[in-house]
Amino acid sequence: MKFTLKIWRQENAKAKGHFETYKIDGISPDTSFLEMMDILNEQLVNEKINPVAFDKGCKDHSGPVSFDHDCREGICGACSLYINGRAHGPESGVTTCQLYMRKFKDGSTITIEPWRSNGFPIIKDLVVDRRAYDKILQAGGFISVNTGGVPDANSIPIKKENAEKSMDAAACIGCGACAATCKNGSAMLFVAARVSSLALLPQGKVEGARRAKAMVDTMDALGFGSCTNTRACEMECPKGISVEHIARLNREFLSAKLSE
Amino acid sequence: MTELISKVPEGPLAEKWTDHKAHIRVVSPANKKKMEIIVIGTGLAGASAAATLGELGYNVKIFCISDSPRRAHSIAAQGGINAAKNYQNDNDSVYRLFYDTIKGGDYRSREANVYRLAEVSNNIIDQCVAQGVPFARDYGGLLDNRSFGGAQVSRTFYARGQTGQQLLLGAYAALNRQVAKGTVKSYPRHEMLDLVLINGEAKGIIARDLTTGEIQRFGAHAVVVASGGYGNTYFLSTNAMNSNGSVAMQCYRKGAFFANPCFAQIHPTCIPVHGDQQSKLTLMSESLRNDGRIWVPKKLEDVAAIRKGTKKPSDIAEEDRDYYLERRYPAFGNLVPRDVASRAAKERCDAGYGVNEQGLAVFLDFKTCMEQKGRKYIEEKYGNLFQMYEEINDVDPYKEPMMIFPAIHYTMGGLWVDYNLQTTIPGLYAIGEANFSDHGGNRLGASALMQGLADGYFILPYTIGDYLASKFKEPKTDTNAPEFEAAEKAIKERINKLLSIKGKRTVDSIHKELGHIMWEYVGMARNEEGLKKAIGLIKDLKKEFWSNVYVAGDNEHFNQELEKALRVADFLEIGELMAYDALNRRESCGGHFREEMQTEEGETKRDDENYMYVAAWEYKGDKEPELHKEPLEFKYCKVASRNYKD
Repeated sequence: MKFTLKIWRQENAKAKGHFETYKIDGISPDTSFLEMMDILNEQLVNEKINPVAFDKGCKDHSGPVSFDHDCREGICGACSLYINGRAHGPESGVTTCQLYMRKFKDGSTITIEPWRSNGFPIIKDLVVDRRAYDKILQAGGFISVNTGGVPDANSIPIKKENAEKSMDAAACIGCGACAATCKNGSAMLFVAARVSSLALLPQGKVEGARRAKAMVDTMDALGFGSCTNTRACEMECPKGISVEHIARLNREFLSAKLSE
Repeated sequence: MTELISKVPEGPLAEKWTDHKAHIRVVSPANKKKMEIIVIGTGLAGASAAATLGELGYNVKIFCISDSPRRAHSIAAQGGINAAKNYQNDNDSVYRLFYDTIKGGDYRSREANVYRLAEVSNNIIDQCVAQGVPFARDYGGLLDNRSFGGAQVSRTFYARGQTGQQLLLGAYAALNRQVAKGTVKSYPRHEMLDLVLINGEAKGIIARDLTTGEIQRFGAHAVVVASGGYGNTYFLSTNAMNSNGSVAMQCYRKGAFFANPCFAQIHPTCIPVHGDQQSKLTLMSESLRNDGRIWVPKKLEDVAAIRKGTKKPSDIAEEDRDYYLERRYPAFGNLVPRDVASRAAKERCDAGYGVNEQGLAVFLDFKTCMEQKGRKYIEEKYGNLFQMYEEINDVDPYKEPMMIFPAIHYTMGGLWVDYNLQTTIPGLYAIGEANFSDHGGNRLGASALMQGLADGYFILPYTIGDYLASKFKEPKTDTNAPEFEAAEKAIKERINKLLSIKGKRTVDSIHKELGHIMWEYVGMARNEEGLKKAIGLIKDLKKEFWSNVYVAGDNEHFNQELEKALRVADFLEIGELMAYDALNRRESCGGHFREEMQTEEGETKRDDENYMYVAAWEYKGDKEPELHKEPLEFKYCKVASRNYKD
């Protein structure tokens, strides 16, 4: 298969970015999207090694394209990318690393951009800084227990339904697609997933309200927008996290406000 | 010469840890506040250790190469975590978990360490539940279990097919809590590039800020390495793309011994290689072997028809299928340990029964389970794995069996540590996959998560106190010391050298070539001739790398090519060390299969008389590494050849 790639190139957070066009050929339909990016980068390095032999119709010699990736199994949350205008590409329920080239039309043009969000400044090309998500969790995304001195694991039975719902929310991989997709740049789904997952368990209930308030306040302080229930986050979440968790977050948040 | 002293406490096995804890020194709260500890890596071991050390009051700095601690590759562990809770009342116990682990490791691990691991396994489950890990539960609200390879009891706790993710999020949450309190400082996108020793003790590191390229110095009273394994030496493995063995190599070059490097685990249930554009291999959880049955056709004509596509696997009649694991190992069936299952797949494929185009795949079939338990049961238990398989292969595994093949997955070898998890360098500790101590020649499924958290939550925080108790009077490490100066200079020279070669080969092309050499000669079956050849080939490739590699970009910016190049330089050295170790160990045990040493049925043949030891290698510069031996004693387990047949 062959493709024309329009990729966002940007030297660093302060520099001005631009789209660069590349041609790529000989891609197997069973190749993953990120493997296709590897092949492009191999091509761009070879182009630097021998500029004469590699005339792919591109005047850009800034070298390989930087992008975040790691596990390539859809679980670590490192990969991101806006592909043809959608977070993690055209498929639903998968991350960019789980996207295969057979899902694209041979000969088509693919546009690749980084996450676009106030909360995620660009580091280089397609790589963004997502430390804001760590900071939100540091504000309260935990249960305050120290190592040791905890009761036996079976001492508090938990309804299977609640454990399952908690797990649904805990499936969040912290990739940032929700905030990048939201027209307000809100990280509400991310915050809700953690708050809700813990609020559904007896262990997490104890500090539920305090947690919700601390995390939402931190999200606001870090420059993320507020939620206006457009549900775009839910549509683009590669793990299918439901906005139902935002409702639970709002409940927790309200109870925190009421008890203030 | 450094002597190998394991520091295993005296006394009966079951009392060693309790007794040891009672006698090691502790640091007072006031003094803990004055002490600094560096932790490298934020996987289960690193995150849990840093969080616990922070809770205790130490000042911790934790480093990871990803943009967030939560990306560490522990997150990808699917199946579960073992513990000897005996919640299923199937007569499990600490001793049975200990015994299964020793036997599964083919009698090449240290008894006292493994017993301690089994002992603290139960605390881990309690801890994780208290942190809010949503483990699977029964309708009664209590925890559910499943079975894993190498065990005849049901002791594996799980959270769907995402157990590693949930445990890591638990440890990461504990870490975040300490970051907020200020006891832990987190350094994401920072890569350790060297260990700094002062008077022979670990006192700090040199790290590169991956965003700016700045080379930085960090001092401490002790350094804890939790940087994972070196499976990516093979290029294609189930490890994450950025997983690497460089930190272990830096410590090795500074004098820490490297133990059993040749013990690499080849996982039987991975998605087969599809072509030369592939970047990594994907694991299908071992838990699938609870309900899936592994087979190849009995008749070669059926194999040919399947390869051509004229027959579908589901067309093959029951009597024409060879469920070879059930045939060869009736007592454990599809749940034999990983090394055994991998070799059995290789045996069938070598005999010509491989079912994909390349002849390098076998079937993992859920037909029987679908008939007996129904689709809903499978969806609930393995839904995400089935979905993942379909995404990758474009085949619906509810209708046709999965195709699987063994792939490199985990490395049992690692930095040599004593009972306190201290390496041969005072003040340098290694935990989790980065050390060697608990899994011997083969790790059992669901034991990696157990070991990472055991080391990080419950073992290291105690044992490191014993060392630090003698150091609390020492002032903070001065990073202007000449040792830091020299280490920083050496690193900058190494980077400049790499950038200035400007040769004709890309970094990846050399890594791929190394991977081919490793898989061919240091892979599932090894022999003397092949290993010698591998050493020669790797030496040549190393020369090629240092004279003809092209590293794009510069040091002063975010540069993923430079990151890769620094790691590949180390993979080349690890590969060579693995080959030396495999050549030395002229026996077959666990994942290490020497073709010269096998039984008539093709099973591994150990040589307990000559090789019942840990092979710990000392770095000798350009010369061959020097072998040191730690003899292994088995007082509480009867050493026998592993039998999974009856």
